[in-house]
Amino acid sequence: MAEKILMKGNEAIAISAIRNGVDGYFGYPITPQSEVMETLMKERPWLTTGMVVLQAESETSSINMVYGGASCGKKVMTSSSSPGISLMCEGLSYLAGAELPCVIVNCQRGGPGLGTIQPSQSDYNQCVKGGGHGDYNAIVLAPASGQDMYDFVDWGFDLAFKYRTPVIILADGIVGQMMEKVELRPEKPRMTKEELLAAAPWATTGKTADRPYNVITSLALESDVQERFNRKLAAKYEVIKEKEVKYEEYQTEDAEYLFVAFGCSSRICEAVVDQLREEGVKAGLLRPVTLFPFPTKRLQELSGQVKSMMSIELNLGQMVDDVRLAVNGACPVGFYGRQGGIIYTPDEIVEEFKKFNNLK
Amino acid sequence: MKEEIIIAGFGGQGVLSMGKILAYSAIMQDMEVTWMPSYGPEMRGGTANVCVILSDKKISSPIVTKYDTAIILNQQSLDKFESSVKPGGLLLYDPNGIVRHPERTDITVCRINAVDVAAKVGNSKVYNMAVLGGYLKMKPVVEMENVDKGLAKSIPARYSDLIALNKAAIEEGMKSVETL
Repeated sequence: MAEKILMKGNEAIAISAIRNGVDGYFGYPITPQSEVMETLMKERPWLTTGMVVLQAESETSSINMVYGGASCGKKVMTSSSSPGISLMCEGLSYLAGAELPCVIVNCQRGGPGLGTIQPSQSDYNQCVKGGGHGDYNAIVLAPASGQDMYDFVDWGFDLAFKYRTPVIILADGIVGQMMEKVELRPEKPRMTKEELLAAAPWATTGKTADRPYNVITSLALESDVQERFNRKLAAKYEVIKEKEVKYEEYQTEDAEYLFVAFGCSSRICEAVVDQLREEGVKAGLLRPVTLFPFPTKRLQELSGQVKSMMSIELNLGQMVDDVRLAVNGACPVGFYGRQGGIIYTPDEIVEEFKKFNNLK
Repeated sequence: MKEEIIIAGFGGQGVLSMGKILAYSAIMQDMEVTWMPSYGPEMRGGTANVCVILSDKKISSPIVTKYDTAIILNQQSLDKFESSVKPGGLLLYDPNGIVRHPERTDITVCRINAVDVAAKVGNSKVYNMAVLGGYLKMKPVVEMENVDKGLAKSIPARYSDLIALNKAAIEEGMKSVETL
């Protein structure tokens, strides 16, 4: 069995990047994700795999370095926390517009503004609904453990290259700061030049006589060109929604009440489900692992089985809108959240659940 | 078996690394662990705490509000966490600098003068290992051979000559803890 190492979620991101053959990381420090770059700097992968690690002068700079690296077909990534992600949103829109693959980690803290450095899930709308301007979506993955942080880097790059799209790993201060045991998967070397040409024939790797120019741009001045491109993106998103939805269920087989929660909240809700089951209440949990694409179909199915659903989030109620859209009135949908870095306890959620469902 | 522990004191006392060594020792015993620190600008010179959960099964919530054990190293932390020890649980504290001592009677209260223990071993930096020894004496949740392995995993290779010193502090701490 592979070795299991005690590490923070942020450290797992860094170690995974090195071991999965990432070509470059560009970032700027911000709590609670600074350990990502700290770990990369400590590991010095430029001496082993040749991976580039660079502290840029700002988040704006980091995301545009990602644009540059991705244009050449390289596996490049960045990480930040909420205010830094806001600064990156212009670049994110350009990456989506130029159909460039990359991985962006958002280890969320409380906002708006400079906010608090404590954990939060208040960037759901920002990351899942766009963030930057224009008609686009990024694939959004929601890790709930150190192992997820490790595994989602590789999964994220697979998706990014498969669909030529930015992928966001939407973590939070808990998942980033918490240490857990993480199993190191077998290493993947960096792509060779030949592998890169095969994986990214669109990349600007230097024109050869046997193909036309590769152009990386998000500029489409002519309306019909822009609309054609928008529809191409829409078709791509439909395929993603069809094929890449991932979720986990806990105690849903006979559930009469359903919790919906992602990331660290899903773990707290597992404890809530256990507590309610001990009291004889048939509760279950659906944890969306992908937030875009969202597990709409499965929630539709479950809306015919359960008496009610409740979305539990560390924000003022963001994902709950997507739950309501999925359910479309088929059952009542409630919400409970905390803000400012305050984490709900299982007891507190049980109490709110009973209030919402008129249970004693 | 599930043990939920809060370790709290001043930044610099080794609270976080004590938790890490305990967590690593439990991993060596094939247990599940979570280590969740308080983090923020207040840590330097201020209070620091870490919640460590050790379990035979998968751990759901890494955040809890009631603990099986509280390891308390300053007055602020005692004031904050004494009431959050589960009835029948353990409170281990260092009386150094404490003016208001624990008052609960429905829990086991233990004391360790870890400054003295560390001095006896000959290095004030192993203060936290003296406290860990006291805890492991009261609750042998991990076997000593796994604590050895946990120490080796947690201490950077360039300081491996310090493992013996840390171990000595743990052993001395085990001898010095007293139940009130």
